[in-house]
Amino acid sequence: MTNLELKKHANDVRKGIIAGVHSAKAGHPGGSLSAADVFTFLYFEEMNIDPQNPQMEDRDRFVLSKGHTAPGLYAALANRGFFPVEDLVTLRKLGSYLQGHPNMHIPGVDMASGSLGQGISAAAGMALGAKLQNKNYRVYTVLGDGEIEEGQVWEASMFAGFRKLDNLCVIVDNNNLQIDGPIDQVCSPYPIDKKFEAFNFHVINVDAHDFDALRAAFQEARETKGMPTCIVLHSLKGKGVSFMENSIDWHGKAPNDEEFAVAMADLDRIEQELAKEVEG
Amino acid sequence: MADNTIKKIATREGYGNALKELAEEFPQLVVLDADLAAATKTSIFRKAYPDRHIDCGIAEANMMGVAAGLSLTGLIPFVSSFAMFAAGRAFEQVRNSIGYPHLNVKIGATHAGITVGEDGASHQCNEDIALMRTIPGMVVMCPSDEVEARATVRAALEYEGPVYIRFGRAPVPVINDRPDYHFEIGKGTVVREGSDVTIVATGICVDSALGAAELLAAEGISAEVVNICTIKPLDEDIIVDSARKTGKVVTVEEHSVIGGLGSAVCGCLCAKHPVLVKKLGMQDVFGESGSATALVKKYGLDAEGVYKSVKEFL
Repeated sequence: MTNLELKKHANDVRKGIIAGVHSAKAGHPGGSLSAADVFTFLYFEEMNIDPQNPQMEDRDRFVLSKGHTAPGLYAALANRGFFPVEDLVTLRKLGSYLQGHPNMHIPGVDMASGSLGQGISAAAGMALGAKLQNKNYRVYTVLGDGEIEEGQVWEASMFAGFRKLDNLCVIVDNNNLQIDGPIDQVCSPYPIDKKFEAFNFHVINVDAHDFDALRAAFQEARETKGMPTCIVLHSLKGKGVSFMENSIDWHGKAPNDEEFAVAMADLDRIEQELAKEVEG
Repeated sequence: MADNTIKKIATREGYGNALKELAEEFPQLVVLDADLAAATKTSIFRKAYPDRHIDCGIAEANMMGVAAGLSLTGLIPFVSSFAMFAAGRAFEQVRNSIGYPHLNVKIGATHAGITVGEDGASHQCNEDIALMRTIPGMVVMCPSDEVEARATVRAALEYEGPVYIRFGRAPVPVINDRPDYHFEIGKGTVVREGSDVTIVATGICVDSALGAAELLAAEGISAEVVNICTIKPLDEDIIVDSARKTGKVVTVEEHSVIGGLGSAVCGCLCAKHPVLVKKLGMQDVFGESGSATALVKKYGLDAEGVYKSVKEFL
């Protein structure tokens, strides 16, 4: 898939995030938008998955360890064809299958998550399970940079590094903001790359919003043997929506109707620019 | 029963032996431990099947998540640690990574209750039944002896879904070694019939209850003893039927009287057949160091202690 196609899908994913969170009047747009490009790359390019057969036995697995960014995952799954895009506006509503955080009843979701620090352990278990059964599928998990303050992340990393789980790719969305402030002012987990290196990971630092860079990073991860890979995504929280970019305020807040209109106008503008790129 | 001729084996031994014995029949079985394989007895399995034993190190939270992930690849993980760490430390991981997604993970928690003995209160988990039974969909079992311990391991492997089994450290009398012994998840057993009072017991306290019934019989009091191995789902019929017959119920468990067997029985009887209930167990206190035998005696959970409490109650 070309970078232009990926960018268009990513913009649709961002629109799905905004539509869902606006409709729910709650949710987490900031970290969903910062990870929208990696969600898009994983589901449209990287992972061996089949939207018609979400439980395909030897599919690659994905665990959203930072489960609060479910709006981003759901928008990627919907746009990839796992369920109707129209359903995204039922997010968080009573009776909807699109729960506030991922659970097992959502097509394409491989593991329930939401309590920070736990998804990476499940991902490590899946990767070990593949090894024990001589399966070739890979396991991907996305963590928040604030999330890695959880001790369990380092228990899991010690385990994955020690067990040489080279079929595991841990992705840290380093947008530098958590609820109480910039991560380096709350309880700094920096240096993130050196920490994962110390836990016997192959570490790649990458621009989260550059598809060429993402493509190269995931290829490098696949080619890395004998150790798991950690991709540190240098990202912009709220990416794509002008007033949400690099703003802590939009970690866990929904836009009102006026803000929704501005956000969608921002994303429409990006869509128009991408359309011109095709023409050009 | 304090009969020295009766064979005594710890339920954790039954656990370790069952894992090994069932390994061929259940090729998907893998066993996880957190640096306690020698104590939990998963070392018996490890010795026979080293490639299927995964030591996660001293990191129980991660171990629960790894088990969740393994189960999602089609394996059946049995996760082991002391009850304090499996149900206590890793409660939220069990709840969110195993219970909520309703995964096929089995938790074998050893060293439950005060019979941990000399290690003292920090390691004597009297809260695990309470914690585990609040998790929707979690099966909770507490075998009364080595025979029942093996039976629960098999039943757990045959059952699809999350299961918590509580095992003890101290050797306890084998009371179920008889040809007609049959185990089924969710089914209690009347192990002694009686008409004056019902003693509902779980785990190693079933033996104490039988001993108490013997002492009561000597005084002309007829006690019915019900073994409840599966605390969740609870065999409500057997408890209600017995309560209808005797009109008085005493519960006995090596666990806090808050949230455990006693609470489960009260919940059932309140709704279906209200009678007076006395709950024996740890009365909202921590344990302490001492031999298992001395502790069981001090906290009134041996045959003599149960006998006295039942007498007072009547």
